[in-house]
Amino acid sequence: MSVRSISVAESPLVLYALRRADDALILGHRVSEWCGHGPMLEEDMALANMGLDLIGQARELYTYAAKVEGAGNDEDKYAYLRDVRQYRNLLLVEQPNGDFARTIVRQFFYSAFADPYWRAMMKSKDETLAAIAAKSEKESAYHLRHTSEWMIRLGDGTDESHRRAQTAIDDLWAFTGELFHADQSDADLISSGIAIDPESLRGRWAETVSNILGVAMLKRPSSDWMQKGGRSGNHTEHLGHLLCELQSMQRTFPNATW
Amino acid sequence: MVTGSNSAHDLRQTAWNAAAQVVDPEIPVLTIADLGVLRDVTVTDGAVEVAITPTYSGCPAMNMIALEIELALEREGIRNSKVRTVLSPAWTTDWMSEQGRQKLKEYGIAPPQTGGGRRALFGEQHVACPQCGSVNTEVLSEFGSTSCKALWRCKVCREPFDYFKCH
Repeated sequence: MSVRSISVAESPLVLYALRRADDALILGHRVSEWCGHGPMLEEDMALANMGLDLIGQARELYTYAAKVEGAGNDEDKYAYLRDVRQYRNLLLVEQPNGDFARTIVRQFFYSAFADPYWRAMMKSKDETLAAIAAKSEKESAYHLRHTSEWMIRLGDGTDESHRRAQTAIDDLWAFTGELFHADQSDADLISSGIAIDPESLRGRWAETVSNILGVAMLKRPSSDWMQKGGRSGNHTEHLGHLLCELQSMQRTFPNATW
Repeated sequence: MVTGSNSAHDLRQTAWNAAAQVVDPEIPVLTIADLGVLRDVTVTDGAVEVAITPTYSGCPAMNMIALEIELALEREGIRNSKVRTVLSPAWTTDWMSEQGRQKLKEYGIAPPQTGGGRRALFGEQHVACPQCGSVNTEVLSEFGSTSCKALWRCKVCREPFDYFKCH
């Protein structure tokens, strides 16, 4: 890896956009790893489409962060030239795909948050964030519906599909608390109406999850011990490996273009 | 004699007409004017700026469309041009023209239902088969060959068809 990482001046608004962009990019990249490996053609297309939506959202958010930062960075530099500790995504989205059930559970947990989140962000006083939200909320709603149907199919399917879905829920549960995390950098944006307080979405998220798990005959874990760290760059061991693959071309052949 | 403002007006009209002919590379029967993607053309000191709006967040056709616009303008002799992306207000399938919907249908793609957004996305959907017109249809896959389409099937004529998703 020969190219130096960029430095980013993380003002609250830049950081806010980067955190959401990183969520979308990393989850989009994870989902894209299924391309050509889906359990059936329709689902292969569905996963690729969801990945495409997420990477599209990431591009708009990075482009906005670059404009606000005004330091000559752009979407590609943010994606390809930041090291693992500079990434600000949720730990949930960087978790490996595992089996199909794990991928669906991860997408469901995220979409159950992203759907009401983007809908609420349409009222952001920041015009660009509100416009990005207006697109993303429809896409997230679609992802939520699709993954909800799969949760039910897996949970209420065979013993094997039920077991796999429940194992994924139990393993990923500790990463869901971070969805509602906000820090000092977010506080001013929240009080000025640019961002929304993620805590206000906890009830809605819990309700969606409980409803679907109930129909799917899956159990909600009882533990409320939650892991966190992604928002400040403390990641699980998986993100570095993902970035190796995502960034290898730009790091090996700097400024390579198609 | 042509005054300054008249020539700017003419230039704008020429540029608009050229840009409006650009088609969606994935659905070549639709122009970007039909889609509602072409938002505005402005002329400032002889420089043309074309504003377009993205459809779906990750639609890869947008880069192609921007390039095609520049080429279309160049064919009209307009060299000094730029394509700008505007995000707000966000595009919706409601902006698709009536003519565009008709063209889609003739092409074999069921047009998006109007009154876009969540109601059309999540309400009871009665999508008419573009082949035989029956509304006795079912969804095969919520995601299709491009980000704007879902795969449906007609239960009457048994033909599978693409449905342009509401957005």
